[in-house]
Amino acid sequence: MTAYVVRRLALMLPVAFLVTIGVFLLTHLTPGDPALILLGEDRTPETIAAIHHQLGLDQPLYVQYAIWLGHIVHLDLGRSVITHQPVTIAIGERLPATFELGAVALLWSLLLAIPLGTIAAVRRGSLVDRFATGFAVGGVSIPNFFIGIVLIFVLSVSLRLFPFGGYVPFNKDAYENLRHIVLPAIALGTAGAAINMRFTRSSMIEVLNLDFIRTARAKGASMRRVVFIHALKNALIPVVTIIGLQVGGIIEGAVVTEAVFTWPGVGRLAVESILNRDYTVVQGIVLLAAFSFMFANLLVDLVYGWLDPRISYA
Amino acid sequence: MSSVATSTAPIGQTRIRLLEFGREHPSVLVGLAFVSLLFLVALLAPVISPHNPLSVTTDDAYLRPLSPGHLLGTDELGRDLLSRVLWGARVSLPVAFVAISVGLFGGGLVGMACGYFGGIIDLLLMRFIDALLAFPGLILAIAIVAALGPGITNAMIAIGIVAIPVYARLVRALVLQLKQMEFITATRSLGATTPRLILRHLIPNLLNPIIVQVSLSAGFAILSEAILSFLGLGAQVPTPDWGVMINSGATFLANDPWLAIVPGAAISITVYSFNFLGDSLRDALDPRLRK
Repeated sequence: MTAYVVRRLALMLPVAFLVTIGVFLLTHLTPGDPALILLGEDRTPETIAAIHHQLGLDQPLYVQYAIWLGHIVHLDLGRSVITHQPVTIAIGERLPATFELGAVALLWSLLLAIPLGTIAAVRRGSLVDRFATGFAVGGVSIPNFFIGIVLIFVLSVSLRLFPFGGYVPFNKDAYENLRHIVLPAIALGTAGAAINMRFTRSSMIEVLNLDFIRTARAKGASMRRVVFIHALKNALIPVVTIIGLQVGGIIEGAVVTEAVFTWPGVGRLAVESILNRDYTVVQGIVLLAAFSFMFANLLVDLVYGWLDPRISYA
Repeated sequence: MSSVATSTAPIGQTRIRLLEFGREHPSVLVGLAFVSLLFLVALLAPVISPHNPLSVTTDDAYLRPLSPGHLLGTDELGRDLLSRVLWGARVSLPVAFVAISVGLFGGGLVGMACGYFGGIIDLLLMRFIDALLAFPGLILAIAIVAALGPGITNAMIAIGIVAIPVYARLVRALVLQLKQMEFITATRSLGATTPRLILRHLIPNLLNPIIVQVSLSAGFAILSEAILSFLGLGAQVPTPDWGVMINSGATFLANDPWLAIVPGAAISITVYSFNFLGDSLRDALDPRLRK
């Protein structure tokens, strides 16, 4: 197991290196000179050259990359071109809101997916199963920003049950925090629910056909006991993989939802930074998204083996 | 005459085979019908649209659905919503087509080279693909558009680049599998050249899984384009693009919800159609992948 972890980490290194090159090049190829953005109207060739020197933009590209990589290794992502705030702090301030939204969205997706997937598998061909299979395709076909807009229209504008946007920190007012998070969490979690439901259903169908289930039934265990005590925990093993990847891709999902609900998270920061050409912040967020996705992949592989001892790491 | 007879025979057989396939898998036909309808709408939009999607008539602004002359109403500038939604298909479908072509061509070439030649080529190119896969798809698309600048063309390229690793991995895995098969060994021992082996024997055997992947990627491409345009990174105003329309319609949600809901429904129906077709094709063409 330890050897496997070391081998996986070693394999990750060249990929991580390529990822940093990709992120560096992407943001350095961005049209528009950061110096011009910083200086606004008060620019002269001298001040532009001074800003280039200050930002290290007068160096050859490979030197800029080497310096940048050295900073990244020390978790220094530079400063925002617009606000001059350190990027790590700018991202760090927004991360808790994104994590909170992601956690509630995941909870919503699991509360919807696991019971629905289980019932659909147990009652194959029933009305619930048909609804579930329709939801499996429909849930991933409806854009989450559209779900958000429909939720705002129905539950916020028409029925006035929830606020249509904004954020209240939990430690300031727990009730208002929950009221503000419900709609974005449903919008963000529905596509994940469709995917998780699909996996729960297919995995449950497979497990229910295994010998040990037949044995349990033959020994007189009720169907409910067989499903919830014996089958479910085995059926959920593949679902864990998908959930892990969803956690790793939390920033990706948050980008649009946060824009719709004016949620002050990393996703909204990403969109604002792109529109403001704040390339250091964009660089930081893309890097964070890629690395969290890579580590989630690794973690999922390890947890999968721990949950299912039949998987060999040889 | 005989040459005509022999050349028409396979076409006739193909027709019969297609009919049988349709009878055995009716859901594929349903999916195909939906997708064909979407293509027809995109193709005939200039003919079937009741109005010019760009013509501004401020006197007719905010007309509700079912208003005389405007079945789905009008937007804040008095533009006919039905016409804009129909023309929206002319933006979304070409985006999906170009993006998939970029992904299929780029990914297919990489996957074929890795799978067929193996060795150092496989090792190096797959690290590049792994690096692309390390990015969540939408984040990569957003980063590429941010680098290239907002616009529909750059959005197409970005979505295409995101699709490259999907096709590279698929083609590589399939070629590795096919390479082990006896008919490939036999063809090679008969003296077939590499281009002939690839073009005549490998590519035809890759078609089924690629067709499935193309239909599934189309849904992803349309959804991604809508997201990019919604965020202001894809199509720009006044293009009749569904994502742009939802973005501007969301501002008027309190009084005129249809301005956002109609284009949102158009995206959802389109993506659903492609996903449904992809799922049905997967079940029909590759039962091993059935979930």
